[in-house]
Amino acid sequence: MVDSVVELDRVIVRFAGDSGDGMQLVGDRFTNLSAAFGNDLATLPDYPAEIRAPAGTLPGVSAFQVHISNHDIVTPGDFPDVLVAMNPAALKANLVHVKPGATLIVNADAFEERNLAKAGYEQNPLEDNSLADYTLYKIPMTTLTIEATKPTGAKPRDAERSKNFFALGIVSWMYSRPFEPTLEWIGKRFSARPELAEINTLAFKAGVNFGETTEIFGHAYEVKPAKLDPGTYINITGNTGLAWGLIAASKLSGLDLFLGSYPITPASDILHELSKHKNFSVKTLQAEDEIAGVGAALGASFGGLLGVTTTSGPGMDLKAETIGLALQLELPLIVIDVQRGGPSTGLPTKSEQSDLLMAMYGRHGESPLPVIAAKTPSDCFFVAIEAARIAIKYRTPVVVLSDGYLANGAEPWKLPDCDLLAEIDPKFSREPNGEHPDGSPAFFPYLRDPETLARPWAPPGTAGLEHRVGGLEKADVTGNVSYDPENHEHMIRVRAAKVAGIANELAPLEVDDPDKAKVLVVGWGSTHGSIVGAIRRVRANGGAVAHVHLTHMFPLPRDLGDILRRYDRVIVPELNTGQLSKVLRAEYSIETIDVNKIQAQPFKVGELEEAFAREVFGA
Amino acid sequence: MTDTLIPTTTRKDWTSDQEVRWCPGCGDYSILAAVQMLMPDLGIRRENTVFISGIGCAARFPYYMNTFGMHSIHGRAPAIASGLALARPDLSVWVISGDGDALSIGGNHLIHALRRNVNLNILLFNNQIYGLTKGQYSPTSEAGKVTKSTPFGSLETPFNPMSLALGAEATFVARTHDMDRKHMMEMFRRAHAHHGASFVEVYQNCNVFNDGAFEEILSKDVRSDMLITLEHGKQIRFGADGQFVVVSDGNGGVKIALAQEVEDSEIIVHDEHNPNPALAFALSRLASGPHSPTPIGVFRDVVHPEYGDQMADQIQRALDSKGPGDLNSLLRSAGATWEVH
Ligand code: SF4
Repeated sequence: MVDSVVELDRVIVRFAGDSGDGMQLVGDRFTNLSAAFGNDLATLPDYPAEIRAPAGTLPGVSAFQVHISNHDIVTPGDFPDVLVAMNPAALKANLVHVKPGATLIVNADAFEERNLAKAGYEQNPLEDNSLADYTLYKIPMTTLTIEATKPTGAKPRDAERSKNFFALGIVSWMYSRPFEPTLEWIGKRFSARPELAEINTLAFKAGVNFGETTEIFGHAYEVKPAKLDPGTYINITGNTGLAWGLIAASKLSGLDLFLGSYPITPASDILHELSKHKNFSVKTLQAEDEIAGVGAALGASFGGLLGVTTTSGPGMDLKAETIGLALQLELPLIVIDVQRGGPSTGLPTKSEQSDLLMAMYGRHGESPLPVIAAKTPSDCFFVAIEAARIAIKYRTPVVVLSDGYLANGAEPWKLPDCDLLAEIDPKFSREPNGEHPDGSPAFFPYLRDPETLARPWAPPGTAGLEHRVGGLEKADVTGNVSYDPENHEHMIRVRAAKVAGIANELAPLEVDDPDKAKVLVVGWGSTHGSIVGAIRRVRANGGAVAHVHLTHMFPLPRDLGDILRRYDRVIVPELNTGQLSKVLRAEYSIETIDVNKIQAQPFKVGELEEAFAREVFGA
Repeated sequence: MTDTLIPTTTRKDWTSDQEVRWCPGCGDYSILAAVQMLMPDLGIRRENTVFISGIGCAARFPYYMNTFGMHSIHGRAPAIASGLALARPDLSVWVISGDGDALSIGGNHLIHALRRNVNLNILLFNNQIYGLTKGQYSPTSEAGKVTKSTPFGSLETPFNPMSLALGAEATFVARTHDMDRKHMMEMFRRAHAHHGASFVEVYQNCNVFNDGAFEEILSKDVRSDMLITLEHGKQIRFGADGQFVVVSDGNGGVKIALAQEVEDSEIIVHDEHNPNPALAFALSRLASGPHSPTPIGVFRDVVHPEYGDQMADQIQRALDSKGPGDLNSLLRSAGATWEVH
């Protein structure tokens, strides 16, 4: 028996196994358990693109990392304290993420000849002393799981599948998690298959008991709840945040939501989530392709609904022409790009920030449109609403950038009071806005609001407002087809001025600079957490460094230029080859220091700390 | 129609103030006239009517209708119109397309709009050529066609739009031609009356790049022997004296026979509502191009659940069982929440 419990501030656990081993499931369970327990947390699912790569091989390894803490944290953590490895491939693929001194909990049963060979081990690493620098626990999880579930009469082959719950049991015990919620969850999840519920329950309990009764673990640990703001919390992923934000935008604007979408990793969950909420009058169409998805959304916008399409990089390529049409028609449209590793099919399940320039410039002709980016899973909710607000107010397509890391990563979110969210007035045209030469009432679809330069939005249904729009250049005011050279230049400039004018209404940027620093870090998107983490460390070491984070990528906020010029050095960390950096140099004629990573993985806090420290303290 | 206060209109009310810019003599003029003349009869309001097109000569059509309209991008009109029709089931949505637009670049959207059975009226102006880009072969051009892009003849087997639509699970399929306004109007009226996706192919002469493509079947002197007018519930007969009939070929298809040489009971009776599209398909294969006797009229008109109705039904059921959605409860109900005090 172990009775000592050691208190920890935080711990990072990484569950790794074959894609068929259910690692995402137990990772998610452990996360929810810790969230409900009151820890702050952040997660990083890391799974292969293949649904079932050959079992036991390196490409088939799926991992889930969760960082739990008794204080406010911003990332899933750089290096796991504990790695759970269900087979040799999982150990091999993940050892690079684990520093010496960490705890390894391995399923010893899986370390037999065939699996070792598949993972490319010549000798068994559990036996050859190569893991001497780690605290290694070799546990015959398969055997113990089969043994524990014997009373159910389950065949060993079926019983063996529950070993992930055995592993969850061990880790739950190790970190003093309450067991009841997991048992309840198993009951609910497998309510249709009571025999599976029983097997998984027995496996989980066996894992817990194993931790408690064997003496191989010196002690259990405890991570106390974090001091979070009082309120109701939920664990949210970025994809859910976007889906709910869109529903919120629909409510706030009074416009029914229409999603036209084609399944694509890692964006599909937005489609899944929205298709559930029909009692919000959400209409979802799984289109025949990416082009039809955005086309249907634009058709719905023409009809006066809130048209949305969701995709990832390759889908953006395909949608470009229709986005250009939406821009020319000057109709509201929300285009969500959950970025992944590119180019081409690239790394579908991994994360990157490499679509920024495409979002800004990836259409033929002079075609500027607003681009905004989310920074955390919960921020996705607000960014979706902001996108709708801009799209509706300015009658323009808006691109929202999320990424794979935000999409699947989770964080606790203190739920807002939705009654306090600002309404969005669609300001539909209800009557003619001009006169024909003969004095009869006329509707001019391109007669703009002098302040916003937005054109009237008159969906079908109002007599007297019949009009035609199209991709051909439109004459100012009347909207008739026009080949007039001067009109074309005017229209190009006025469309650009309309979008540029959005910057006028943006709130001043918040610069986090308590120490009058000389070095500024400019970030955007999902790197926010790693950047904040690294800045905290630099400051803890006595360094002065300022931070500004961008949500509006185009147009950029009016005050950004002045802010940039206040600092001697401007660091721009990005998970690409320097796309925002290019924009800042071009826009403000400043020098920037790029910190780039293109491994389709988030920045580690340590990596950024080092890069920032170099500028702050000197080499 | 539930709306009893539809104002009386004339063709003029449906005609926009824009100058029509097709080549003089183009078949598109007569199709436009047929549509504009039909509209006052349909019992719909101008403001609830939308024409959506893609790219091509035909695609200029919406500009000439005094309704709502969108001249969109190449091939995508069925997708855009599907979104509009699903968003706004109260509207009458028409798609105007050509053979390049609908069958080449937009082929995918066309077949899926048809199988989904979204409430659209899709008119395909088939002139068997690319007009707007000045005369390349199209997916309906006959094999061997010599054009600017095929100086030695096209190597492609053309699509048969009727067969394609029937194979794509279309619930309303009809063919007409630009020389017969009355027939066009009747087909368009039927398309409008059909609840679901309606597909009408219109043989349309491009007098600049493919003049006379349909002359073998449409010139006044041959029409009675070359057009097989399909009428529901009637034997399929044609010819000036009804001397030709359509019978089974004994091999799953149909063939033309002389009436006097077959039993009356052998003559096929046209059934638009036959749930099995096999006979309609066989009729669509009777002529491989507009060079031999060609059926026109409604090939198929069957009742099938419309996509938008089913979508609305799912929403209504969710509303009935859960009540209208509330944001705060959405956020608080979907997953496990916890309180921090
Ligand atoms: S090119 Fe042919 S189809 Fe196009 S407008 Fe001229 S005649 Fe009509």
